[in-house]
Amino acid sequence: MSIHQKIKSLAARHSALADTFFQLKVLNGKELTDARFPAFRESIKQAGFTDGTIRPTRIEIFQMNVGKLCNQTCAHCHVDAGPDRKAENMTRETFELCLDVLARCDIPTVDITGGAPEMNPNFRWFVEECRKLGKHIIDRCNLTIIVANKKYHDLPDFFAENKVEVVSSLPHYSALRTDAQRGDGVFEDSIKALQMLNAVGYAQDGTDLKLNLVYNPTGTFLPGHQASLEADFKRQLKRKFDIDFNHLYAITNMPISRFLDYLLEGGHYESYMQSLLDSFNPGAVAGVMCRNTISVSYEGDLYDCDFNQMLDLKVAGPKTHLRDFDFSALEQRDIVLNQHCYGCTAGAGSSCGGQVA
Amino acid sequence: MSKKHYFDPEDLKKFGNIGDWQKPLADKFFSWYGDVMAEGALSEREKALIALAVAHTVQCPYCIDAYTSTCFEKGADEEQMMEAVHVAAAIKAGSSLVNSVQMMNHAKEITM
Repeated sequence: MSIHQKIKSLAARHSALADTFFQLKVLNGKELTDARFPAFRESIKQAGFTDGTIRPTRIEIFQMNVGKLCNQTCAHCHVDAGPDRKAENMTRETFELCLDVLARCDIPTVDITGGAPEMNPNFRWFVEECRKLGKHIIDRCNLTIIVANKKYHDLPDFFAENKVEVVSSLPHYSALRTDAQRGDGVFEDSIKALQMLNAVGYAQDGTDLKLNLVYNPTGTFLPGHQASLEADFKRQLKRKFDIDFNHLYAITNMPISRFLDYLLEGGHYESYMQSLLDSFNPGAVAGVMCRNTISVSYEGDLYDCDFNQMLDLKVAGPKTHLRDFDFSALEQRDIVLNQHCYGCTAGAGSSCGGQVA
Repeated sequence: MSKKHYFDPEDLKKFGNIGDWQKPLADKFFSWYGDVMAEGALSEREKALIALAVAHTVQCPYCIDAYTSTCFEKGADEEQMMEAVHVAAAIKAGSSLVNSVQMMNHAKEITM
């Protein structure tokens, strides 16, 4: 079944929110931040970060956003990715800069995301090069790309050969919930892709091929307990489709980009921000992912996380590009914070690896 | 009457205020309520679905709003939620109909 997209990217719609300046203006709206939503910096002081800053522990994950091109246009996408985003794709030259950094720095994990990263023509070559460097590779795969076109049908074999850990979005084990967020037909194609990954050994006994799923709420609500959701997903996917996976990562939707647009359109922005603040968990602050991750854009710019990247908030300090990558200076930096950071500290916390507290 | 309508969605947020007039009992209630709804032999999702079904039988609009959201949070979907309401409705209908046995018994008693 082919995918039918329900929406277009903000860029294609010429929405004001396509401009990150406008997004930051909404997040920092004086009326709300003064009266109801204290600055994130103030809130983390109660979590023991008394000077209102967060610093890295150690850079263990080199997360690359290799482009905004995607075969899907999900309603909550923080990247504003889509089939129309052909211009924003990492070049071979920038991939080579990444390899230079990875070769000289002791960063064990390369986490590749997009868009649909597999659509970048340099993707397979780059994965093989990372493998030669002995890196652990994560691919954030939207699943449907595997069945979207013949040239991608062998991706499961390619992933298996290179021991790539596959992290895939599947917001629900029901078609209605999944397609509401990701586009009509996405669920059916995702199920096929998951079965193909299982067939080559992913999440099967006797292999070390890891397949993890990402759960994002499909509305204005926050995720429930990860372990409880994982148990439900395991039981239902096995029962209905004979699908196995390793872990479920419950990730909170950040109030930026297309999810911000969805909140504003429906009049839910204030209540969503209020729910993030009401659920602020000081115990989640220490485990936020920006403390062990460096995020690289398709242009080679450096950020504290993929969300800061999408808001164009580069790392603090004078060296903000791969060309000047300074491992020890980056480990000393102050992480750039803003109001969207409440998304990572609500409830049990949220990161690209799921809940943190 | 303080307002022109009986139910205001904003009032749900004031539920905790019941402690203003009787704190020890409210504290006991909320503590017990929290324990009841926590993951146990039943999952949080299953408990949320039971709560949603009961909310419909007691016809509490606050509870219906609250547990519609909670059901989604705990990972339920529309199909599960509607099935839960059908279970509640079936028991309500069944309880009306099963009482007709009493009607039949009494009818037989008083007629020739």
